[in-house]
Amino acid sequence: MAKFTDDTKRRLDALIARYPTAKAALLPALWVAQEVYGGWLPPEAMQEVADHLGVPASDVAGVATFYTMYNKRPVAHHRIEICQNVACMVNGADELIGYCERKLGIHAGEMTADGTFSVERVECLGACCHAPALMVGSTYYENVTEQTVDKLIAELANMPSESVNPPQSQMPEQGEF
Amino acid sequence: MPVEQTQLLYRHRNVPGINRLETYVAHGGYEQFRKAVVMDPEAIIEEVKVSGLRGRGGAGFPTHIKWNAFPKNRDVEHYFIINADEGEPGTAKDRDLMNALPHLLVEGCLCSMVAVRAAKCYIYIRGEYIEPWKSVQKAINEAYAAGFLGKNVLGSGLDFDIYTHLGAGAYECGEESALMSSLMGERGMPRLKPPAAPLPMISGVWKRPSVVNNVETAATIPAILELGGAKYAEIGVGSPRSRGTKLFSISGHVNKPGIYEIVLGTPFSEVVDIAGGVRDGHQLKTYIPGGSSMGFAPPTPLDYPFDYEGIPQNTQTLGLGSGGLMIFDETTDVFKVTHRLVDFYHHESCGKCTPCREGLDWLSKIYARIASGGGREQDIDLIWDICDSIRGKSFCALGEGAIWPVMTSLRLFRHEYLSYIHHGRNTYSEAGQLGA
Ligand SMILES: Cc1cc2nc3c(=O)[nH]c(=O)nc-3n(C[C@H](O)[C@H](O)[C@H](O)COP(=O)(O)O)c2cc1C
Ligand code: SF4
Ligand code: FES
Repeated sequence: MAKFTDDTKRRLDALIARYPTAKAALLPALWVAQEVYGGWLPPEAMQEVADHLGVPASDVAGVATFYTMYNKRPVAHHRIEICQNVACMVNGADELIGYCERKLGIHAGEMTADGTFSVERVECLGACCHAPALMVGSTYYENVTEQTVDKLIAELANMPSESVNPPQSQMPEQGEF
Repeated sequence: MPVEQTQLLYRHRNVPGINRLETYVAHGGYEQFRKAVVMDPEAIIEEVKVSGLRGRGGAGFPTHIKWNAFPKNRDVEHYFIINADEGEPGTAKDRDLMNALPHLLVEGCLCSMVAVRAAKCYIYIRGEYIEPWKSVQKAINEAYAAGFLGKNVLGSGLDFDIYTHLGAGAYECGEESALMSSLMGERGMPRLKPPAAPLPMISGVWKRPSVVNNVETAATIPAILELGGAKYAEIGVGSPRSRGTKLFSISGHVNKPGIYEIVLGTPFSEVVDIAGGVRDGHQLKTYIPGGSSMGFAPPTPLDYPFDYEGIPQNTQTLGLGSGGLMIFDETTDVFKVTHRLVDFYHHESCGKCTPCREGLDWLSKIYARIASGGGREQDIDLIWDICDSIRGKSFCALGEGAIWPVMTSLRLFRHEYLSYIHHGRNTYSEAGQLGA
């Protein structure tokens, strides 16, 4: 079932207008599709993007699979993405990941049975000077401690999801804000 | 006497509200663009040439040479592209600059656009950088409202548009030809380079003249125009080829990790002191001078000029890179740190060429085996052989950058590898030993 509404299509057209070709709008269009489809890109989502942009569906799939931030499977409501790269690692990232795993009863890469949380290892977030760092949705948490994690998980447990509505799709139009 | 740390980019870094146009203008913002917009593009390029500015994204290539390769007319659309894909482990400066000083980036882009005769600019921002993206987009929108962007800007007869473009998670998209592919809606794979292909300044994105520059490179242009190229070139206390200031992200085992604007050529030991020195009660074991791809350096010598030319040959690192200085003390398990980096590069390899794709896959397996206690002495030679098979043979610089931390760590810390091979653990870092 197609999910793109007139509003979705209007947003996509505004994105296309930023580039000399419709194909160039593919990355931002996939962000929008990921939002509309609840945080991931099933084949129908890619097909709708392909149809609207006039790009072959195989090209859309090739691009969507190349980039790690386009989800090919449903994701947790709150994704706790912890940097495992070296500036964070020498400042306790592995211990922090272990703490989150134990607290939520899952391994990194998994989500809780109710789909509320996942813990993921990610690469350098550009927060190396405030290590260890993690990100949930669009928000960075830096110099993270076990106490930060406790507080964060308690707060997020009852909060609407940001991850499922990727902030990356909220591209304001030129002149908006 | 310590080197006086002239602040150019970060002069107003901590002024409250400097991310808003009003405050930025009150501190002299957009004055350099007002000057640039009526300048002859060649005159701007000449100032940049005299300034000695080299790209701040990692390769350190002279900016004026790239800009000078553009056609000297506006017969077709020219594109100015900002690389804000910052993904090199240890590098965090562009994020800070975009969060704190978005108008400095916008003004830098505008001045650069005049120089390369571009009416369109795309700022390619990595997908995780939502806050910097919003910060920059807000600044762009303010600049439209103030008449610095749009049609016939400041009555110059020139049009200027700047767009932000979000990536979606691929380190390789920081490589400039891969970035251009990604901007056009393709997979982020690199393309053939000159001389096998035309220069991007002749045929880049959409086959139009294009250039990719780092965030910090563009943000430096207003300072160059303000001081004049010659005065800018007087800043710097090291090599005559390393001029001006540079942003360094100093992380790891220091007392005050952070982003610092540092005069090029400042002695390395002073640079470490600026970040508060190695954390209290600990000693420097090794460091990576400029992002993980540069490799590990030994703790001596310390008193050399920290700039593009100054890093001693004996360190065998690739150099200053992106300015991501990572400090490691005696508690660091260098084998483990290298293992993590190998896995990073393995994960980020785009898969286009065999030496990098297969070589990193193999390296990753060997490191995992050694880490889990199944290592053999022959593994050390095997690691060297794999590095040799990648070195100079990879299609883009990712492959080269991947093996540099491997080769330098093996050269300096072979004993830690052997410790894993013989005892299944790192007896050196456990004992807090600096060397063998
Ligand atoms: C794998 C790889 C990743 C890179 N990542 C970045 C990056 O995130 N930001 C950047 O400015 N340059 C990056 N570079 C360097 C760019 O290819 C290019 O040299 C640079 O953007 C040019 O800008 P500059 O001349 O202003 O430094 C990367 C290079 C490689 C090979
Ligand atoms: S060196 Fe690695 S990243 Fe570069 S083209 Fe080859 S496979 Fe891709
Ligand atoms: S290494 Fe963790 S943010 Fe850079």
